Amino acid sequence: MNIVVCVKHTADTAATVTIEDGKISWGDTPMILNPWDEYAVEEALRIKEAHGGKVTALSLGPKSAKDALKQALAMGCDEGILVSDAAFAGADSLVVSKIIAAAIQKIEDVDMVCFGRASVDSDTGVTGSQVGRRLGWPALNLVAEITALDAEGRTISVERMLEESRQQVRASLPVVISVVKEINEPRYPSFMGIRKASKAEIPIWSKDDIGLDEVPQSAVMWPQVFAPPKVETKVEMIEGDTPEQKALKLVDRLFEEKVI
Amino acid sequence: MANKVFVYVDHFEGRVVPASFEALGVARQMVETVGGGVVAVVLGQGVDDVVQKAVAFGADEVHKGDAAVLKDFRGEAYATVLSAIVAEAEVLLFPTSGRTRELAGLVAVDLETGIIPDVIDYEFDDGSVLAMRPIYAGKLLTKVVCRERRPQILTLRSRAFPKPEPDSSRSAEIIDVDVDLADVKTEVTGYGESQSGVSLTDAAIIVSGGRGVSNNPSLEPPAEISDEAEQEIWRAQQGFKLIRELAKVLGAAVGASRAAVDANYVPYDNQVGQTGKVVSPDLYIAAGISGAIQHLAGMRTSKTIVAINKDADAPIFKLARFGLVGDLFDVLPPLTQALKERLGK
Repeated sequence: MNIVVCVKHTADTAATVTIEDGKISWGDTPMILNPWDEYAVEEALRIKEAHGGKVTALSLGPKSAKDALKQALAMGCDEGILVSDAAFAGADSLVVSKIIAAAIQKIEDVDMVCFGRASVDSDTGVTGSQVGRRLGWPALNLVAEITALDAEGRTISVERMLEESRQQVRASLPVVISVVKEINEPRYPSFMGIRKASKAEIPIWSKDDIGLDEVPQSAVMWPQVFAPPKVETKVEMIEGDTPEQKALKLVDRLFEEKVI
Repeated sequence: MANKVFVYVDHFEGRVVPASFEALGVARQMVETVGGGVVAVVLGQGVDDVVQKAVAFGADEVHKGDAAVLKDFRGEAYATVLSAIVAEAEVLLFPTSGRTRELAGLVAVDLETGIIPDVIDYEFDDGSVLAMRPIYAGKLLTKVVCRERRPQILTLRSRAFPKPEPDSSRSAEIIDVDVDLADVKTEVTGYGESQSGVSLTDAAIIVSGGRGVSNNPSLEPPAEISDEAEQEIWRAQQGFKLIRELAKVLGAAVGASRAAVDANYVPYDNQVGQTGKVVSPDLYIAAGISGAIQHLAGMRTSKTIVAINKDADAPIFKLARFGLVGDLFDVLPPLTQALKERLGK
C-alpha cells in the first residue's frame, strides 16, 4: 500500500488565541501537528504494518510546517514532503484541494490518502472530500474503523460516524479517507524516530514542481477576523447546608429564570 | 434562476435534520434581499414526507430526486445529482452535519466555487453574503465572503438560526429529478447501532459528565472486577447513570468531556469540545467537569450554563450562570428527584 497522509501545522488547542493589529496571534504557544492528523498518521502506519508499503507525510504550508512533517516522521512515516510556494498564500479550500491533488498525482501510484477530520484552526473539514473529488476517487469521511482492507482486490470497508448511526461503506481503491479520533490511539514518537526525523531531508515542492502553471484565485476571502464579544456572565453560587437544599434551590432558580 | 436560494434538506432515513428547517427559514429571509424564490432539494428513496415538510417550512419549489440508487447517503452520488440541480443558484444552503460538510465540499469542487461551513450569522454586503463563522473552536470569529463565484455555498450551524413555524397550507411546484448515475465507487453495506436519544448538536438541553464521575471512593466495585482501571470505569459508569437519569427527566442529550472519553468512560460520540462536538443548547449542565479550555470551546455559546463541581476554584464556574459546589454523587439524585416532581414526571 502506497499511502499519503496529509498533515497541517497548527496552533496548539491549549493556546489562547487573540487578535493583535488585525492579525491572529497565539502568543508563545508552540505550533504543533494538528491533533486530528495524529490519528491519520497512526492509521496510515498501522495499514503499512499490516500490508507493507510506504507512508509519505505531505504538508502544505510555510517553511515552518516542516516541524509538523518531522513529527510525522518521528512517529514512523517513511518520507516527508513540504508543498510550499509564496503563490499559495491565502489559498481557500478550493485552491488547497487543487494543490494537494496535484502533489498526490506527482507522488504517483498512491493507493490511499489519509486526512484528519479537520484542522483545529480553520475547522473547515472539507479538504479530504475535495481532494478526493479532484482525483476522481471516493472520499470516505469521519471513519471510525477500517473493517477490511483488501490491497489485491482493491477494496476497503469502513465504518463512518454519522450523527444518527455508524454507516458501513465499501469502496474501491484508490481512496481518500478522513478519520475521527475513535479510530486509534496515536503512538508517541520513539527515540530512534526522533533522531531519524531530525536528520531527515524534507524536499520542498513549489507550484512548478507539482505542475501548476498558475495558482487559481481563491473563491472565498475572510476580510475580518475578530475576538468574540466578551460575554459578561456573573456566576450565581447556589448555597445551602446540604446537597438536597442546594439541589432544590437550583431547581427553584432555574424555574424562576425560566431556563426550564 | 440566478437569484434563487437553494436549500439542501438533509435527512437520515426520512428523519429530517432539524437544522434543515432553520436553513429554509434563512432562505426565506434571504430572498427578501436577492429576490427569486426558495428552492428545496430532497434526495433519497421514498422521500415524499420530507418533500412535504420542506414545503411547509418555506420552499416555493422542490427538486425531488427519488431513486433506489439514492437510498443511502453516498457523497459521491449525491454530489453528482445535486451539482447538476444547483449549478445556476445564487446561494446554496445546507444544515451542518457530517453528511452535508462532505456534500457541500464536493459540490463546491464540481462548480469551482467557495464553501463557508458552520455559519452562525450573516448579512448582505454589496450583493454577496458576508457570513460569520467561528474558527479556533470559537476562540475567534471571522467574516467570510464569496464575491465572484456562484453559488455561494454555506452550511449553517445547528440552532444558530430560528426554526420557522410550519404552514401546512403552503404549496409548491415539485420537480422530479432524473437520476442517472453510473460508476459509483462506493456501496453502503449496512448500519451499526443507532445513536439512541437526542443528538447532541440538536439538543435544547445537555447534561455532561467529566472525570469527576468516577470520583466516588465510597462506591465499592463488585469483587470480580479486580483490575484498577476497570474499577475506575465501573465507578464512572455509576456516575454516568446519575447523569443519564437527570438527562432523561429533562429530555436532554448526554455529553462528556474529553477526559471522560479518553478514560473510556463513554464513547467518543458523546464528546463535547474542540476535538468533539461543538454545541449550543439553551441549558448546559456540567457535572464533574473542571472546564479545560478545549471543553469550554465546545460549549461556551450555550445560553445558560450550570456547573456542579466539588472544587470551588474549577474554571468552569467562570463561564457558568449558576454554580453549585458539591459532589455530583450527592447533588444529582436530589436534583433529578426535584425536577421530576416539578415537571410532573
